[in-house]
Parts: sequence; C-alpha cells; structure tokens
Amino acid sequence: MELRDLTALELGAAIKKGEVSTVEASRAALDTIAAQDKALNAFITVTGERTLERAEKLQTGAREAESPLYGVPMAIKDNICTRGIKTSCASKILGDFAPPYDAAVVERLARAGAVSLGKLNMDEFAMGSTSETSYYGPVRNPWDLERVPGGSSGGGAAAVAAGLGWYAVGSDTGGSIRQPASYCGVTGIKPTYGTVSRYGLIAYASSLDQIGPLCRDAADCAAVLDVLMGHDRRDSTSLPGLDSGWKGSGPRVDYGHLLAGLTGDIRGLRIGLPGDCFGDGLDGETRSAVLAAADVLNSRGAEIAPLPFPALKYAVPAYYIIAAAEASSNLSRYDGVKYGWRAGEYEGLAELYRKTRTQGFGAEVKRRILLGTFALSSGYFDAYYKKALQVKAVIKDAFDRAFQRCDLLITPVAPAAAPQLGESLSDPLSMYLSDIYTVPANLAGLPALSMPCGFDGRGLPIGAQLVGPCFGEGTLLNAAHAFQQETDYHKRAPKGGKPA
Amino acid sequence: MIWETVIGLETHVELATKTKIFCGCTTAFGGPPNTHCCPVCTGMPGTLPVLNGRVLEFAVKAGLALNCQITRYSRFDRKNYFYPDLPKAYQISQLYLPIARDGAVSISTEAGDKTIRIHELHMEEDAGKLAHDPWIDQTRADYNRCGVPLIEIVTQPDFRTADEVIAYLEKLKETLQYLGVSDCKMQEGSLRCDVNLSVRPLGGGLGTRTEMKNLNSFKAIARAIGYEAKRQIELIEGGKRVVQETRRWDENKDATYAMRSKEDAQDYRYFPEPDLPPVELTEAYLDELRQSRPELAEEKRARYRADYGLPEYDCRMITSDRSLAAFFEELTALGAPPKQGANWIMGEVLGALSQRAMEPGDMPLTAPTLARLIALVEGGTLNRNTAVKVFEAVFDTDGDVDAYVKEHGLEQVNDSGLVREACAKVLSAHPKSAADYQGGKEKAFGFLVGQVMRELKGRANPQAVNAALKELLGS
Repeated sequence: MELRDLTALELGAAIKKGEVSTVEASRAALDTIAAQDKALNAFITVTGERTLERAEKLQTGAREAESPLYGVPMAIKDNICTRGIKTSCASKILGDFAPPYDAAVVERLARAGAVSLGKLNMDEFAMGSTSETSYYGPVRNPWDLERVPGGSSGGGAAAVAAGLGWYAVGSDTGGSIRQPASYCGVTGIKPTYGTVSRYGLIAYASSLDQIGPLCRDAADCAAVLDVLMGHDRRDSTSLPGLDSGWKGSGPRVDYGHLLAGLTGDIRGLRIGLPGDCFGDGLDGETRSAVLAAADVLNSRGAEIAPLPFPALKYAVPAYYIIAAAEASSNLSRYDGVKYGWRAGEYEGLAELYRKTRTQGFGAEVKRRILLGTFALSSGYFDAYYKKALQVKAVIKDAFDRAFQRCDLLITPVAPAAAPQLGESLSDPLSMYLSDIYTVPANLAGLPALSMPCGFDGRGLPIGAQLVGPCFGEGTLLNAAHAFQQETDYHKRAPKGGKPA
Repeated sequence: MIWETVIGLETHVELATKTKIFCGCTTAFGGPPNTHCCPVCTGMPGTLPVLNGRVLEFAVKAGLALNCQITRYSRFDRKNYFYPDLPKAYQISQLYLPIARDGAVSISTEAGDKTIRIHELHMEEDAGKLAHDPWIDQTRADYNRCGVPLIEIVTQPDFRTADEVIAYLEKLKETLQYLGVSDCKMQEGSLRCDVNLSVRPLGGGLGTRTEMKNLNSFKAIARAIGYEAKRQIELIEGGKRVVQETRRWDENKDATYAMRSKEDAQDYRYFPEPDLPPVELTEAYLDELRQSRPELAEEKRARYRADYGLPEYDCRMITSDRSLAAFFEELTALGAPPKQGANWIMGEVLGALSQRAMEPGDMPLTAPTLARLIALVEGGTLNRNTAVKVFEAVFDTDGDVDAYVKEHGLEQVNDSGLVREACAKVLSAHPKSAADYQGGKEKAFGFLVGQVMRELKGRANPQAVNAALKELLGS
C-alpha cells in the first residue's frame, strides 16, 4: 500500500483498522516534504518534532474523537492562528509572530484528532491569485515547476497535489481555495459565509473571508467540512446550529452531516449553465472541459439548463473595492508597535509607522491598502464603497433569481490553466480580472466548490466550479462526488513537476 | 455689542458593566499595566469582537431616560486612525446608525427652566493609555482600558451659559447613576466632557466654534467656558477671527491653548464594522427596559415632598446619591419618621462619610441599625446627644445598637425621682447660679441643666431636667 495514494478518508480508515499508524503516516508525509518541498516551497513552517509528538500522543492515548479523519496528517494555511507556532501570513511584517491562542478551526481539528504537519505558504495576507507575493518566496505548481499553483491558498493546493499531507485547510476571500485547487488538480470548497468560525483567521476582508478545505476528492472535503463547520460564539457572524439553544433570530444550520449525505444520486438535480460565464476571455480548452463536465453530470441524471447571469461583469470591480477597503482597515494594526517586525531606525512615531509599513509590506499588499484607503476616503466613499455594496446586493439578487430555477450553477473556476511564474506580477490588473468566476460567490456569501474536470494540451489541470445557494454544501459535494465516481481526473498525480 | 455664547457638549460616559464591550475582560479601574486584557481587546491578529449584551442594555436604558428615539436597527462602524493606544488602529464606534437619537433633557438654573436637545447617543470602545517615562525616554502602552464600554452623548448647541452646562451635567450624572448604568466618576475618567463653543452678537448667526478637551471637573468646565468665550470675543472685537480648532484646557495656567486646527483634521474613513452584525431591537425588548426603569432622583424628590412633607433642601440632599436615597427609603420602611431619617442622613451620616472620605455606596452602617437608633430616641430610651455617641461607636462596624447601649449603661434616665434628686443636689452645690437665675439671668439656667446632665452622665431626658429644675427654683 502506497500511503500517498490514499485519500484522507482511506488513510483514516486504515489507521482505525490498525493497518497503518498515525506515526507512520506522519513520518511518511514529513519525508515527502523533506524530499520535495525545496522545489515546491509549499510550507513556511514544518513542525517536524511537534508533529511526531502529537502523532505519538494520538497513537497511545485514548481516542477522544470518532472522526473518520482521526490521526490523518494535514497542514494549515499560514493565516490561521496556531498557538505558539509562527503564523506569518507570508508577510515580513509579522516577523516570527507566534499567536497566544489557537483559531477556532484549529481547536476543532485538534478535537477531531488531526495531526498538523505545519503552516502553508500563501500570497502575502492572502492577497494574490498566484502565491507569488509571499515574503517566503513563490510556491511552485507540482504539475509544472515553472508555473504558479494559484493563490492565495497555493501552498495548500500544491501540498495536497504533491502528496505532502492528505488535506489542507485554507481560506477563500475571492477564490483563494477554488482557484489554486483548479490549478493543482485538487478538490476545494468555500462553504457558506458564517458556517465556519473566522475566530483566529487573520483577516484580509472580513465580510468575504471564509475558511475551507483543499482535498483529494469531494468525499474528503465533506469529511473535513464536518469538522470545520459549526457555531462559535467568538465570531458574531457565525451561524447557530439547529441544536445550539440559540435564542436569536436568523437562520440555523444543520451541521455535521455532509459526509453521511453523500449518495452520488443526482437524478433530477437542476444545474444552471450561466451563458455569461462562457463568453469572451475564456480559454477554449477550459471551456470544453467544463462543458464536458456538465455532460457527465447530465449522464448521471442531472438536468442542465442555460440561464443568463449578466451581473457577472460588475463582480470584479465591486470585489476589489470592498476587499481592499476592509483590508486597509484590517491591516492598519501592523504598525511595529505591538508584535511582529519593526523598522530598525526611526525618529519619532510617524517615522516608526512609515518605515515599518513601507518596508514590512510587499508591493501587492501596499497596492490594496492604498486602493482601499482611497475608496473609504471622505468625498469618495459614496462613489466607490457605497456603490460597491449596492453591486453586492445586485449580485446576491441575481443568484437568488438563478436559484429559483436551478439547484446549483456550473462555471469555470479560472479563464485558463495555471500561468507561468512572474507573468501576473507584471500585470496585476489582468490578474484581478482572472478572478471573475470566483468572486461572485464571496460577494453573495454562497458555497462554491472547485473540482478537477480535465487537463489542457500541456497537461495542466482544469477545474470546474459548482456554486450553490446558502447552505447548499451538501448538494455541491454530492454532485462533485457523482462526477468523481464517473471520472478519474482527481486521482491523477503530478509526476515530479514536469508536464506530461 | 451684546455677545451671546453658544455651547454644545459631547460627553463620554463609561458604562458600569463588569466586563468590556467586546470581550470578557474586567472593566475594573486601575490594575498593573496590561493585566486587564486579552487577545481580543488588544486587537491581536485574527481576533473578533462580540458585543456585550449588558452594554447594549445600558445604552438603551440611558437613551430612554434621556427621552431619545431608540434606533430599532443600529450598527457599529469603524473609525480608523493610527495611535499606539489604539491597538487595532480603529475604534469600533457608531456613526451612521447610532443606538439613540433626538432626545431632550430639562434643566433648571437661576435663570429658569430650559430644555436641552440631545442630538444622538452612541456606543463605542475606550482606548488604552500611554505613559511617557522621561528617565528612559520611552513611552509605555497600557491596554487595560482598551474595550471599556462608553456611550457618547452629543447635545445640540443649546447652552448659553456655564450654569446651564453644569446643570445639564449634574442632571445627566444623576440620571445615569440612578439608572445604574454608570458611576460617573470624573476623577476616574468615567465621565469626560468636550465643550464646543462659539460666540455671536445676540440673535445673530452661529460663529466659528472651537472644541475644548481635557476638562476634568465641573469647576474646570465652568472656568474654561468663561475663558474661551472671553478669548473669542476679544479676538473678534480686535478685528481678528476665531480659528476652528481643538483647544486644550490647562488647569494650572487657567487658559486654553491650541492643539490642532481643522486643517489637521483626520479623515477617519468610517465604514460599517463587518465583524459585527447589525443590532436589531424588538418592541418587547424595549418595553421590558421601559418597565424595569427605576425611579429617578427627580421623581423621588417629588414623592418625598408630597408623601413626607420634606423640605426641598432635604429632598436634594437625600437624593444627591442613589445609595443615600435607597438608605433613606429603607429607614422609612423600617418605621423611622421621615423627617428624623432625613435629619440623621444630612447631619450625622454625611458628616461621618465626609470625615472618612467615603462614598455613600461604601458606607458600613446599614439602615436597620440607624432605624433602631432612631427608634430608641423616639421611644425615649436614648436622648439625642447620647444617640449621636452611639452612632459614632457603631458606624464603622455596623454594631449592635441595643448591646452597645446596654453595655455602656446609656439608657435615658426618665425616672422623675432620680432627676429631681440630681437637680436638688446641683442646686445645693451651686447656690450662686440658682440665685442668678432667680435674679433674672437666663444664662445661669443652661449652666444648671448642664450640671444635672453631667451628674446623670448625659443620659437624662432633657425635658424632665428642665421641668424639675424650674419646679425646684420656683419659677
């Protein structure tokens, strides 16, 4: 049995049966990381000793959890706080900052018996679509080392694709889980806003950020989401569960049944195909692969119907204003006063701030802080920020109308497969535009999934996106599961980083 | 020319919740630096605010008591600025949809009654404190106060005199104290006031205003208003103009000086706080708070006048503090005659408190103890002077009055035989005084009474002594 070929659930089952130990699996992953991560740069911190100690403890201690993922080694994006372990957001400005507390999802993973291998590389503060803006150097795509893995959760996508761990926990503000999943040939899902606690997720854009998994397949995603999702009183935007005893108003969520709900039966499922997502600017091979995926779903009994989605064209500008505005405020706390990195020489407070922030942030982060600061400035607020919120409402409304006619939408994840390293850095605007298919789900707070649906002529993975209504995770995962029962794109592994 | 001063106030009041506005840390005043904080109130990366329900409750109670419209759907906003005492580099406040608006407070001054309109009342978090250490030339930050809940109450520019401002602040303080939403201690910073002031020719349009900060007492506020109005009038009369700016009151120099002008004003880039959902209030919630409102000082004074016939002065003294009024009401409920209760409070109780520099709320003596003491006086067991001695003896320990009286043998001597005997003894010991009195010197009578009281160790019923002496002196 080759451990790295197993899915997380398969490994979890093997651990439960005693066929393989948690320690063996952890050692195997650490060995793979040692062998391959010099080239990939998927990790910022590998916790080695600590990982093995944790694995030993899970091995010998009483099983405190009955999660099917008990003992399975995984990794965490470096913008999710881990107590006592460096959490850098891939930025120079956080220095060796080690948070004094664990993020809510880290606590939940610990309770489910997860073993963390370390912290994953990413775009600085999750700002980027290529994982090249990291202070710790770019992550490379395991399918082709000269190409980007996507971003911002590029470290997670590359690690899962290359077998450096069985799943990763990332975050998605405008496509940061789905787009790298697509570029690296793995399955990733951003759940409904409010279903995973953001407590301990270092904020980029608070109203859009959501934590989610990157996995080998849809079933693994369901299992990880069952661990991650749940109400948390420390996050005021977290939604209460059915049994939480919550007395407030608003929706309640039936948490914890996603894996159990995977039947693969999608007969009668109504899938919308938004024509506006298949127009100009979409690469031909990507277009064919996504349409072919729709055909596969159709062959399993789903109905495919075209529908219009004209609001799409407003999504990118609205997204970049809202995200940048919130980021400009969220990132103001990094001033060299309290923690992280501080400029070496300065005269007085203003210069301490200026030098620390000028030298501590990378170019893309500074670009978005300036953009957001401008959008919130007096005299511009109404024209930019307020307008963007109106667009957000229009997009929500467009989805509402679409979901009256169908159960989910299928679209491309990105206009094309992974670009070359360096290509996007010189042209940030076209990088922003490439987020067009992923940002609408964030603006509307909806669940959206990316699944491998083919390869282009250069052997690079292509992804298809499924978007559902609020709390439609089960529907998305079940459709992806049905698709993965028919296809094997998700099972293919990169061979040493050279295109096939 | 006759000049008119136009004043508006922005008052920050610290709410008396046990914990902070967005986390569970204590709001206790003081403490060693950075011991009353956690990752949330120090704004550590990844942390999120959770609104303390008591803060909302207290703010709504204050809004209702100030006759405001309560906003059914309100929201928090971020006010962005860089300063080391503000660890997130933004303050969570309310700009667009404050919790309460359009209120009114009636005040009385020597010039008459008046209504001050409240523009708005909003919730926000306090910042930390910086301390510069000149010995090492370093500034230290203390985040204990970060996240302490505040309400800011903004009035319309309805004040014309310092008297009106002070009357309003006293009324505000009294109202908030009676509601139990703040202790309003200026010396601990739980009530802070910024004064916006301009001058204009009587009846003219509004002039350019300045804002004064660092006003730490009612006295400072009154003096600063006087100074600033005079400064502005002199500027205009001298052909100069008033610059819109923020000025700081210097207590030692008795003057204001410029801190920053309008040109340096910051753009706070307010926007809705995405980490906190909007606050939606139901009518049932508001009704519950309306019904649970305690009786306020003004209402108590009216009731004391009507039900007990207490003079206005007494009513004011008793209601000058919420716990004093509660003490008085408990005394009355225990059967003490209201006027007697009032006299004891205004005299002995306030005296004992001031001697000990103690707040009424911290008084060790309980109402049942004083009620018992008053009952002993009323029943003739103790005379008033002896009772005062007992009061002093039991005040700090809330001791047992009956036990003390018994132990020290302080019961009043009402036995007419004993009193008569003592009087006779005194008269035979002081024949000259007796003769003086009989010769018309009224003063000598007092001396004789004193001697009898001494003979009876102060325990005699004064009326009985008077009567017996007069009888023996044949007057």
